[in-house]
Amino acid sequence: MSRRDDISSNIDWLTVFLFFAIAIMGWMNIFAAVYDEASHQSIFDLSLNSGKQLLFIGTSIILIIVIMVVDFKFYDTFGYFIYGGIILILVFVLVFGREVAGSKSWFELGFIRFQPSEFAKFATSMAVAKYISSMGFRMDRLSKQLVLFAIIGTPAILIILQGDTGTAMVYSVFILVFFREGMSPTLLILGTAAAIIFILTLLVPNHLYLYIGIVAIGAIVVAFIKKKTVAKIAFVLAGVLIIAGVIRSVDYVISDILKPHQQNRIKALINPDADPLGYGWNVTQSKIAIGSGGFSGKGFLKGTQTKFDFVPEQSTDFIFCTIGEEHGWLGSLVIIFLFVTLLLRIIYIAERQKWRFARVYGYCVACIIFFHFAVNIGMTIGLFPVIGIPLPLFSYGGSSLWGFAILIFVLLKLDSHRMQVLVH
Amino acid sequence: MEDSRKYIIQLIIIVVAIIFLIKLFSIQVLDSKYAQAANSNIIHKVVEYPYRGLIYDRNGELIVYNTPQYNLVVVPKDVRHIDTVKFCQLFNITKAEFEEKLQAAKKFSYVQPSIFLKQLSNKDLARVEDYLVDFPGFDIHARTTRSYTHPTLSNALGYVSEVSKRQLERDTADYYRQGDYMGQSGIEYFYERQLRGKRGVKYKIKNVKGVDKGDFEDGEYDTLSIPGKNLTTTIDINLQQYGEELLKGKSGSIVAIEPSTGEILALVSGPSYDPNLLTGRQYSQNFALISQDTAKPLFNRPLMAQYRPGSIFKIIQALVALQEGVINRNTYIPCIMYPMKCHYHGPGETLVGAITQSCNPYFYNVMKRVVNQGISSDTYEDTRIGLENWDRHVRSFGLGAPLGIDLPNEKQGLVPSVEYYDRAYNNRPWKFSNIYSIAIGEGENLVVPIQMANFAAIVANRGYYYIPHLVKSIGDSGEPLPQYKEKHFTTVDSKHFDIAVEAMAKVVESGTGQYRAKLKDIEVCGKTGTVQNTPLPDHSVFIAFAPKVNPKIVVSVYVENAGQGARAAASIASLMIEKYLIGHTERPQIEEYVKRGEFIY
Repeated sequence: MSRRDDISSNIDWLTVFLFFAIAIMGWMNIFAAVYDEASHQSIFDLSLNSGKQLLFIGTSIILIIVIMVVDFKFYDTFGYFIYGGIILILVFVLVFGREVAGSKSWFELGFIRFQPSEFAKFATSMAVAKYISSMGFRMDRLSKQLVLFAIIGTPAILIILQGDTGTAMVYSVFILVFFREGMSPTLLILGTAAAIIFILTLLVPNHLYLYIGIVAIGAIVVAFIKKKTVAKIAFVLAGVLIIAGVIRSVDYVISDILKPHQQNRIKALINPDADPLGYGWNVTQSKIAIGSGGFSGKGFLKGTQTKFDFVPEQSTDFIFCTIGEEHGWLGSLVIIFLFVTLLLRIIYIAERQKWRFARVYGYCVACIIFFHFAVNIGMTIGLFPVIGIPLPLFSYGGSSLWGFAILIFVLLKLDSHRMQVLVH
Repeated sequence: MEDSRKYIIQLIIIVVAIIFLIKLFSIQVLDSKYAQAANSNIIHKVVEYPYRGLIYDRNGELIVYNTPQYNLVVVPKDVRHIDTVKFCQLFNITKAEFEEKLQAAKKFSYVQPSIFLKQLSNKDLARVEDYLVDFPGFDIHARTTRSYTHPTLSNALGYVSEVSKRQLERDTADYYRQGDYMGQSGIEYFYERQLRGKRGVKYKIKNVKGVDKGDFEDGEYDTLSIPGKNLTTTIDINLQQYGEELLKGKSGSIVAIEPSTGEILALVSGPSYDPNLLTGRQYSQNFALISQDTAKPLFNRPLMAQYRPGSIFKIIQALVALQEGVINRNTYIPCIMYPMKCHYHGPGETLVGAITQSCNPYFYNVMKRVVNQGISSDTYEDTRIGLENWDRHVRSFGLGAPLGIDLPNEKQGLVPSVEYYDRAYNNRPWKFSNIYSIAIGEGENLVVPIQMANFAAIVANRGYYYIPHLVKSIGDSGEPLPQYKEKHFTTVDSKHFDIAVEAMAKVVESGTGQYRAKLKDIEVCGKTGTVQNTPLPDHSVFIAFAPKVNPKIVVSVYVENAGQGARAAASIASLMIEKYLIGHTERPQIEEYVKRGEFIY
């Protein structure tokens, strides 16, 4: 046995520590969210979400051991099979799944209930990593790009069909991975620009100003072009027209394409005070809970807004409210610091991989966690529309926790064998 | 290139984290509005309304009490996820009514409770109470309204109604809230502070469904409500009711006072109204009717109606002159019918005869002697000095200024002063010949019935009075307000009052009062008055006290447009005395005569 085979010395213990630190804090905050002073509950009570979450953390350890035991080449070898399998399950769920809260994304096996879409992120990451690391892959080829978009698009569309648009949106974050692997930034910039224009259109009631602004920017760009060729001017002109079209289409998108509850979430983001009891309720109450925490919070189990059910979905999507209310800005700082450390550590791990498969996969893990982190906290403090996705490792939920455990520990498994890959 | 992309991604992560921390800092640390919102989310202020004090008569009989009234109130902010069908079934209303009422409530206020259904019956209340938990935003508010055991004494008691916008603005102590009840007149107004008690406030913690989760901070900020103090009035409710019965169909007033204490035994104002009309649900409707009634039932005549005193005033003139030493009981003045006319009673009188016969020229002379004592050789100046002196004496009888009874809106009457005449004559000189009509209680003099009753009490007491008052005990103290325990002496010595008593006894014994005011076993002292009211019939006036020795009751009676004082007023006064002293009348024919009400023939 060489030292290289000894997993415990090669594993990245910092990531393991961060994983458990976040999970344990999540568990305690889940308890705080469901805590009722009057009934003298225990954090271990299995009838409470906190007790169940502890069970989920416990079972995730079994999952981690299995991942560590399985040969590291398994993932590379069977990447497409895993991906294909999960796509089949997603189709299967769509046909036979159980509907929970308007989404047909649950799958029931006897007494176990789980959400295949939580595992689809892992499978898609596998497929993306495998495809990018495959022989003869070139990011600058349009055909290769199309295949990549098909790989992330397929599960996303199936999940949208299940009625869980929030989870489907996570797949857009793979564009960041593609960017890291050499794709032109145009798509990323265009996407961001479109989003900014979209939001601006909603915020500025009189669109005339926007049109004037766009034309002005176009004129300035034309003025700065040194060699004014017809083609370049036409290109800018086309750009201006396209943006104007986007502005024009926003109203159409909002009122005709989005479902009413999705429209309301966007309205709530822009002006939650317009209907604080209706569509603005979640955001308003969430901000009240977090905002009332002050600098150092009300203290563990002392939160009133979460405890008295003012914040909806408080142990799952709005778990961050508990931190904000009971531990204040300092507590929020600690949590955000832990997540940023975890994300930067994962990127560090990805970057030290010599094997492209492992590196791409590492970036997939970082970007998925980042997307969840940004969107989840962003929505609780009113910076993002309400999209029902959990805070990784923190929110209550078995499928979610296991999904992220798999994502992270498969990377750690691959990382622990990085020296062997050199030999390989 | 590839390397820079690695950093771009890391930069994006760090920028997002920093944006979050800045935003969190702004809502958590910089902006206190969220902390306040959190408190208003969970803390619900529950106001506990105190019981308004009860009002009893002098013998402990209950007059005014409280009746609970249950309203269903709604706070539109808290109305969420309501099973409207179930609600409508429970309260027996239609869906349309429900929506309409809720809209009206929202229009009033989103966060303040407003009444959704008024005055639920006790039966309904028991039925719905348990289901209220299912309807967040709805609650039962118990309030009390005033109820009255007898349909009497309305003008003295006053009424209670919701505090008005103007009253709220004037409430500098900031006690009242919109929708609070407040005494608006009478005792209810005067003793508002004692009767209302003190509101209590409880801060409750409630969860999102409105379910009670206990006291905020263990009740540290709660205050208990303190019930209002009960009042024991000086009113004898039987006498009061009898008086109202006698005055029924007439316009006027009856005031009965216990002279040794100033306690008002009866305060009758006619016409009047049933106090139960100005309470509860029909308040506004009835108030409009009563206040527009041409007979003015809200006009509290014993305190607010001003009349010329008439010949009763001659007793005061006599007392002042005796004190000044310008006459004595044997002073004889011939009745020369000049400068004032007189009725035919004889060639001249001494003092007692002049009072009982109400001789006008006699008191013209008496007043002239008081006013023109020759202190100054200038007649004008002498009159000024004399009138000032006279004025001081007359005012010491409680005339010309409000007595200070424990009711609002008391009128002051008028005792003309030097300044008054200066004003009236526009600073041109005036002397006694310009003002002498005040000598016989005509001219500028004005009095209100309660002042005349008080004057009778002064004579009965031989020289002093207590300010007439309606409340003898506040709470369990057994004491009235301190100003009602203070003796007020007139400027006339006690010894001079014997002549007044003697004359008043003679009025009833053998004078104008002998036919209708004389009682078999009780020696009544009285004086008739007839207040000219041309072109309408005169007002009938009578003041009296009884018994002559150690008087127990004084009465002043005004009956408007009823002719001579010896008829209507004297009859009513003597009946009141009988009722109070022996409990019934032994002269049914007089009672019959009063109730028939035909005094002018």
